[in-house]
Amino acid sequence: MHSAGFPWLSLLILLPLAGAVALLFVKDVAVRWLALGVTIADLVVALPLWWLFDPSSSQMQFTEHVVWIPSPPIHYSLGLDGISLPLVLMTAALLPLCVLASWQAVTTRIRGFMAMLLIMEAAMLGVFMALDFVLFYVFWEAMLIPMYLLIGVWGGPNRLYAAIKFFLYTLAGSVLLLVAILVLFFYGGHTFDILALTQVSYPTSLQMWVFLALFAAFAVKVPMFPFHTWLPDAHVEAPTAGSVLLASVLLKMGTYGFIRFSLPMLPDASQAFTPMMIALSIVAIIYGAYMALAQADLKKLIAYSSVSHMGFVTLGLFVSNQQGIEGAVLQMVNHGITTGALFLCVGVIYERTHSRLIADNVGLTKPMPQYATFLVIFALSSLGLPGTNSFVGEFLVLAGTFLWSKVATALASLGLILAATYLLWMVQRIAFGVPSPHHLPELRDLNHRELAMMVPLAVLVFWIGFFPNPLVSRMHASVMKTIDLMSRTRVAPAIHPSAGHGLPAAVITVHQPLTRESAR
Amino acid sequence: MTFSGADLLAILPELIIITAACLVLAFDPVTPSPRKDLLAWLSLGALALCIGLTGAQISVLNVRVTAFSDLIVVDAYARFWKLLLYVVSGLTILMSMPYLKAERLNLGEYYGFILLALSGMMVMVSAVDLLTIYLGTELMSLSLYVMAGLKRSEPRSLEASAKYFVLGAFSSGILLYGISLLFGIAGSTKLADIAATVGTRGLGDPILLIATILLTVGFGFKLAVVPFHMWTPDVYQGAPTCVTAFMAVASKAASFAAFLRVFVEGLGGLKANWSMLFMLLCVVTLVLGNVVAIIQTNIKRMLAYSSIAHAGYALLGVVAAGRGVGESGSATGLASVMLYLTLYAFMTLGAFTVISMLRKGGLEGEEIDDFTGLAKRQPLAAFLMLVFMVSLAGIPPTAGFIGKFYVFMAAVEAGMTWLAVVALVFAAVSAYYYMRVVMVMYMREPDVSILESPQLVTSPALSIVLVCAVAGVIVFGVFPNPLVSLALQSVLSLK
Repeated sequence: MHSAGFPWLSLLILLPLAGAVALLFVKDVAVRWLALGVTIADLVVALPLWWLFDPSSSQMQFTEHVVWIPSPPIHYSLGLDGISLPLVLMTAALLPLCVLASWQAVTTRIRGFMAMLLIMEAAMLGVFMALDFVLFYVFWEAMLIPMYLLIGVWGGPNRLYAAIKFFLYTLAGSVLLLVAILVLFFYGGHTFDILALTQVSYPTSLQMWVFLALFAAFAVKVPMFPFHTWLPDAHVEAPTAGSVLLASVLLKMGTYGFIRFSLPMLPDASQAFTPMMIALSIVAIIYGAYMALAQADLKKLIAYSSVSHMGFVTLGLFVSNQQGIEGAVLQMVNHGITTGALFLCVGVIYERTHSRLIADNVGLTKPMPQYATFLVIFALSSLGLPGTNSFVGEFLVLAGTFLWSKVATALASLGLILAATYLLWMVQRIAFGVPSPHHLPELRDLNHRELAMMVPLAVLVFWIGFFPNPLVSRMHASVMKTIDLMSRTRVAPAIHPSAGHGLPAAVITVHQPLTRESAR
Repeated sequence: MTFSGADLLAILPELIIITAACLVLAFDPVTPSPRKDLLAWLSLGALALCIGLTGAQISVLNVRVTAFSDLIVVDAYARFWKLLLYVVSGLTILMSMPYLKAERLNLGEYYGFILLALSGMMVMVSAVDLLTIYLGTELMSLSLYVMAGLKRSEPRSLEASAKYFVLGAFSSGILLYGISLLFGIAGSTKLADIAATVGTRGLGDPILLIATILLTVGFGFKLAVVPFHMWTPDVYQGAPTCVTAFMAVASKAASFAAFLRVFVEGLGGLKANWSMLFMLLCVVTLVLGNVVAIIQTNIKRMLAYSSIAHAGYALLGVVAAGRGVGESGSATGLASVMLYLTLYAFMTLGAFTVISMLRKGGLEGEEIDDFTGLAKRQPLAAFLMLVFMVSLAGIPPTAGFIGKFYVFMAAVEAGMTWLAVVALVFAAVSAYYYMRVVMVMYMREPDVSILESPQLVTSPALSIVLVCAVAGVIVFGVFPNPLVSLALQSVLSLK
């Protein structure tokens, strides 16, 4: 296993934790700057990984391995592969923006707020890097409390309800995850090592139960229909930074769980549950989009659009071919960037008008041209306009789905149309509507701090939109390995002749596309 | 029966504690009221001596000393529990000093009773003879009955004492009846002899079955498992907070220690029987404890139901030990119980300490609503309470998670996955009422009337208790290994 020697990944986790402790000892005026400095430092530590990462290897890289508890053998082991690397970088990149977004929006108990953000950062990074199942669970659960406090202490009027709902939903899901971990330990050769557990072939009936237990944890987090009801509440009540973290990172933990555990460890069960997962994904895509159409509250609109967009991710994962999974991983990053940016946009306007209702924020182009520009960019990115990041991801997902079922592709495409409808309608009203004069008194355009939040995300939108290859090539080897692991118990299917037509060759290379026909 | 110096040496810690108890009681009348702290320090000194004595031997795992013709054994298992009991008693005394002063209950005999209860518990964890265990149990219980009624001016405290006494005496009778049945068929009250009789009589013997049930009922009262829990909420609520903490932690730990020894060493041959019985008790305890805790408005009552629920989790480890395959299978189950109760001790003591800080004179600090806005009034106390609540809910990286992890692990290893699922689902339910305390502290604005209330009861002694408790919760949550390996090795001395 490749080892970089220097403990990059531990540093990534320890830096924000140390920052959270240090926050206790600085003066009030320095709190924001310290938090910003720590998150930027963490990003600076994370960035070199992009270049140090070897894209040709499907192995875990930058691994660290320390015995934590000898009996039962639990290790503090970390590592990155092509699937977790983009998510780690995205998380590290978003945190400074979250600090910036809370600069003025959070006025009470700022010290605690920033400490919670930093603890969240450490736990979220830990989830994506953990190579030990118990360590993964510890990070997974450790972020419940900070997030509960972020929503409950600094949230909106109905925050108590939203916070406890978020907490109980996610906790109820994850307790079953713990049982699944313990069961896998005893069936998988008395180890919690994720890579070793992935190599084991489990009996099919066991796979089914474990799959359902993991499903309970991950589906709540994604959230998949019908476990999504906590999401709109949590989003609406959470402060801006909390919404960004929820949408951009926490939801990804669910889909990351599917791709890291469910698919490679439980291939038979994954295959058996594929119709159900795809059906739920398509329901989420269409239902989420329909709900988004009906929302008057901007945050609720974006929350439901998240349900819809995450439906694309789970769809791509469970069609189980290369295009689908690569598209899904790419879409995880894209959704993090775009939806995070949209929540930042809502935060910016809420600071000015103190309302998240579309009707209260009509016609912003004139007073805030820069803001309107960014809002349009991110909305277009969210609806998957060619040239933006989401186009590439959604296109790959749909291409992968096409190999699985044409009907499913057609239904999922409905989601794109609906997305265009609700997003363009929203943009039309907010950016280009006619304001009623008494609604919008004096609105400043973006200040430097807010520009610093928007510009990096806009750059990422276009960079991934036009040059997805650096990102996709880094995840390629790991995705192929996942697919190999998934197909290990099945008969290798014939290669579908029409696959890959018309797609950029650098992005799409056909590898065992599992169409419905060939799986039979 | 004769005994030698070696016998006395074996029970040296017990002798030290009893001597200290007698000294405290003797000096109490001549100590002026403001100087009662001296008696507490005397007790703490005795405890420190015992911690040194037992602690020095803690790493010597295979030393097993029997005394008084095999009535008492000092093995690694007993030393583990004793060490825990010393620490818990010491912390209880430290948290009692400022509390008793604030409540104007500055009674010297209180410390004497703590030491007497402790010596009873020490006998319980060391005894390998049913009657000796019974004597230890009674010594502990009688001291606790008095301590529960310490607040003579408070009707609820007296009610708690009376209720505890009546039900406790009743359960002791049932326990004694079970013991007499076993004596009837084995001709001895020694666990080793009973084990031999169990071996010859076999699983289906009706007298053994009845005796098992009677012992379960008798111990069930002490452990406060459903349906023998009725006394718990009233007693926990009525007793002075520091006594409640002592009962919830020390008495539960000692009862579990004796309970495990009786059922493993004495009735180990019947584990197919008793594990079925405990499985039933475990499920109803988890369900009732966690569900009823949700509707409580008094925090001591809530913690009473929570302690019932936690007994259910420990019982899950016992079930796993009974169903486990082979020696190692049952050892993981038993070790998980030891671990669970040790970790539970830190978080519960911590939580009760914070409650006792809020209380001064009247009833303030007992209702959950009294914690409203505590984060604004007392950020540090609120944060500590947050840590204890998170740990009680079993969320990592706290000790509560480690405790639950090992219990569930033992259950899954023993093939009781469905029971682990039930227990975990109710762990999620329990998070609701623990998080409600956090919500009240952090997310509600304090009333003006509460803001004007006087400062917390604080003292260096309380700070020591809180530091120990929070350190136990965090350190064992992150580095549980020393404790885990100690429990895993100590449990092997159970025969």
